[in-house]
Amino acid sequence: MNYPNELSYSKSHEWVKNEDGVYVVGISDFAQHALGDVVFVNLPAEGDDVTAGAAFGDVESVKAVSDLVSPVSGTICAVNEELVDSPELLNSDPYGAWIIKVENVNGTEDLLSAAEYEAFCKEEK
Amino acid sequence: MKLIFEKSVKGRGCSILPTCDVDMAPLSDALSRKSELKLPEMSETDISRHYTELCKRVHGVNCGFYPLGSCTMKYNPRIDEEMAALKGFTAVHPLAPEYSVKGCKEVLDTARKYLCEISGMDGMTFQPAAGAHGEFTGVLLIKQYHDSRNDKKRTKIIVPDSAHGTNPATAAMCGYQVVNIPSAENGCVDIAALKAALGDDTAGLMLTNPNTVGIFDENILEITRLVHEAGGLCYYDGANLNAIMGVVRPGDMGFDCIHMNLHKTFATPHGGGGPGAGAVGCKDFLKDFLPSSAIMGGSGIQVRSFMGNFLVVVRALTYIMTLGKEGIPEAAKNAVLNANYLMRAIQGTFEPAFDRICMHEFVLDLSKFKEETGVSALDVAKSLIDRGIHPPTMYFPLIVHEALMLEPTETESRDTLDDAAEAFRSLYELAHEDPEYMRTAPHNAQIGRPDEVQAARSPILRWREA
Amino acid sequence: MGRYIPSTPSEQQEMLRSIGLDDFRALYQDVPGEMYLEQGLDIPSGMSELEVGRTVSAMAADNTVFSTVLRGAGAYDHYIPSIVKYIPAKEEFLTAYTPYQAELSQGILQSIFEYQTMICALTGMDVSNASVYDGATAAAEAAAMCRDRKRRVTLISAAAHPDTINTVKTYCYGTNDELRIVPVKDGRTDAAALKKMLCAGDVASFYVQQPNFFGLFEDAEELGRIAHEAGAMYIMGCNPIALAIMKTPAECGADVAVGEGQPLGMPISYGGPYLGFMATTAKHMRKLPGRIVGQTVDSHGERCFVLSLQAREQHIRREKASSNICSNEALCALTAGVYMAAMGPEGMRDAARQSMAKAHYLAKELCKINGVSMRYSGEFFHEFLLDMPKIPEVLQALETQGILGGLPFDGGVLWCATEKAPREVLDKAVAIVKEVLSK
Repeated sequence: MNYPNELSYSKSHEWVKNEDGVYVVGISDFAQHALGDVVFVNLPAEGDDVTAGAAFGDVESVKAVSDLVSPVSGTICAVNEELVDSPELLNSDPYGAWIIKVENVNGTEDLLSAAEYEAFCKEEK
Repeated sequence: MKLIFEKSVKGRGCSILPTCDVDMAPLSDALSRKSELKLPEMSETDISRHYTELCKRVHGVNCGFYPLGSCTMKYNPRIDEEMAALKGFTAVHPLAPEYSVKGCKEVLDTARKYLCEISGMDGMTFQPAAGAHGEFTGVLLIKQYHDSRNDKKRTKIIVPDSAHGTNPATAAMCGYQVVNIPSAENGCVDIAALKAALGDDTAGLMLTNPNTVGIFDENILEITRLVHEAGGLCYYDGANLNAIMGVVRPGDMGFDCIHMNLHKTFATPHGGGGPGAGAVGCKDFLKDFLPSSAIMGGSGIQVRSFMGNFLVVVRALTYIMTLGKEGIPEAAKNAVLNANYLMRAIQGTFEPAFDRICMHEFVLDLSKFKEETGVSALDVAKSLIDRGIHPPTMYFPLIVHEALMLEPTETESRDTLDDAAEAFRSLYELAHEDPEYMRTAPHNAQIGRPDEVQAARSPILRWREA
Repeated sequence: MGRYIPSTPSEQQEMLRSIGLDDFRALYQDVPGEMYLEQGLDIPSGMSELEVGRTVSAMAADNTVFSTVLRGAGAYDHYIPSIVKYIPAKEEFLTAYTPYQAELSQGILQSIFEYQTMICALTGMDVSNASVYDGATAAAEAAAMCRDRKRRVTLISAAAHPDTINTVKTYCYGTNDELRIVPVKDGRTDAAALKKMLCAGDVASFYVQQPNFFGLFEDAEELGRIAHEAGAMYIMGCNPIALAIMKTPAECGADVAVGEGQPLGMPISYGGPYLGFMATTAKHMRKLPGRIVGQTVDSHGERCFVLSLQAREQHIRREKASSNICSNEALCALTAGVYMAAMGPEGMRDAARQSMAKAHYLAKELCKINGVSMRYSGEFFHEFLLDMPKIPEVLQALETQGILGGLPFDGGVLWCATEKAPREVLDKAVAIVKEVLSK
């Protein structure tokens, strides 16, 4: 399992990266592994507001569906449309396959460091 | 095998209709279809052979043991089919005048009377076309009741976490927030969790008893009393009625409304996934809220056109009349006996999730077995196919991991149960000797394991010409 | 008396003993004593197959079977080819459950895949589900799938079937959403009124029935344009026989096509079982409720079929699913598939054209009688509303001659003819009406 150091994590297994005030959000390696083969991603639209701790979409595997929970509050400024046709990218490259980018961020969940998140995942298992 | 479209030959057809004996009435160009109608062109022989070939690739109750938990795959008597095919029923228009449909009314009235007696209810509708549709109708009775009292604060429906997915989905379709309560260790309602969830925002509780793990909740009277004290109503999901019909009645347990799956408990065939019928019964005080048909003069809510799946009711009535007052409880008791007998015959290899007397079905917990062998509940299910047995329900209820749920029903003989137990025992041994063989099962079925990931990622949902 | 229990009483005793119990009561030890039905049920004793057959047949015989049905209004008496009755009666098709286990259900899965393809062919849409309960619930499910967070209101034409309107209304009541009814002008949906009702911008979808409840063809393309201009989705409820000859929902720009599939080989059967068909565009594929069968490959690389896109459904999404629907009407879908195969494209067109021709002949002949006139003008399919005097007397006179006349509705009579009625029967019906009205 991979937990890149430069990212922050939420307890609902999303990762966040602050790129000059724009927050990039995806799901962790742990999350994609638990889900199994991802077959579809329900994406929000650009311009939608997201709230920290609330769902902004979901990911489907063959026999499960899991909410995507936003770790930050703000406005979506980009959506990774590539995931519509290639949802498997979430499995093969979870830290490359970002899902949304959020700007005008005015709040975040209590986020974990890579080490804290790794410990959290070990306990969840 | 080929698809029907791949067998189509241009110019072929069946001779069905005579030449038209009146002048044609042309449709204007603006309203006319422009695209070609690409339906198969087949002779009657082609059609007969095609569907016979398909038929050979279906496992019906007539083919062998079908212990699919929570689906009550009992034998479907042929006389029921014969009655439902009578021209006196099939040729009747739903809007024919009253005097000409006396027989249909008699069917509905008689079925209503018997099913009210069996369920302990006072009123009943046959409009819902399936179990989930019955749930929707039943929860709408609860909603109308609260609305009629102008009690607007009741926004929540309580559902145990062991419930079938249709329960929470139904509550949501009725505009309610779903409160999932955890089950107690024995799979029954956790009274403390229920008490904590109840309040003046409770609209009702949806429950099945026996529950989804096949156990009769002995606290049922306290459960329904607590809900009533909080001002909520109690909805009985009749999915598991086959265990108790004629033995104990949902109405006597304190439930206010109920749906019954005529296609499970009352032996009407499942048809590969319908048509079923989800008769909904209720206590007197809810009768005014039952659905009706607008075109037939009704003014209430309505969940479907006309009076529902009438021919399914004909089948169910035929079945109830055949069994009668002695046969109904005898069927339930033998369903329970068969389940307990099979559970004990398998025990020692695959272990039941709850080691106690079960009702009409039981759940095996394969989590320890999977740890030992690496063979999952899915692998065992697929291996059963090679032995001519339809797999049990898998991974349900969600509160048991690696679950296999078996419901043998009363229409199976002891020999069938013994053979099935032997199949389970031998698979248990095989899993320890050659787990890989089971992980790639089935080996002798119509197809190997399908690639469901590909099906969902790149959906192909209709045939297209190459 | 019949119980369908193979085990003999002595086998049952042995089985009880083998699990350590003395009697059946012990199996129910969790059932509180006060609710255990010691005295049994208050229903009659069971019967032999011979007796029950006699009793239920007597009920069927209590109904009047009319040799000709000139009544439609949502239940259409078309000819059913003989083979259509035999194939769905095969025990394997009849008794199997929903095809969860693809490895022993390929026959059912393939039949549904073929049905989905035929519904797409009929409607011109991209994707069909495996069917829903009936035409009215299909309309209600379609309205539900069109709603999103911002647009919640459903519009429905007043010229839709009253049961469809009431069913959609009930589903809207469930989710606390609003249904508004678009008025009718001269028997058709009032396009100007529709335009006004769409102004608010809160409308999710508009539903129109084609041909409508009065049998008239709507200007479905124009209504679709109006709905789309206002950002609403467009749902068309279609008669499947008429679809063989009329402009398809796809050609009219519909986002969702639904309808009552009963005319595709199902008898009228006092209202059911029927079949709801439901199809949509590729864009809305994942919003479609209910079962959907998809093609894939098995572990040997061979083509096979599975229940697909299951993550939309209640057993996975639970309270977040857009519908609670679980079963479909698989056997009715199979019936419709066999019907369409037996009729073929030419037979389907023939059934549609003949139904339309007979209805027009009947309308023309009835209107020759003094006092009888068409309520509405314009193109119609196989139903039409007539104004006429002495309605109860006319219908009664027809019934005594074995003819079920049109449905009394809104002060007139809604007539229907299909390919089934030969000209001489139509002539006989006209003569009877003429005689009553000349008295």
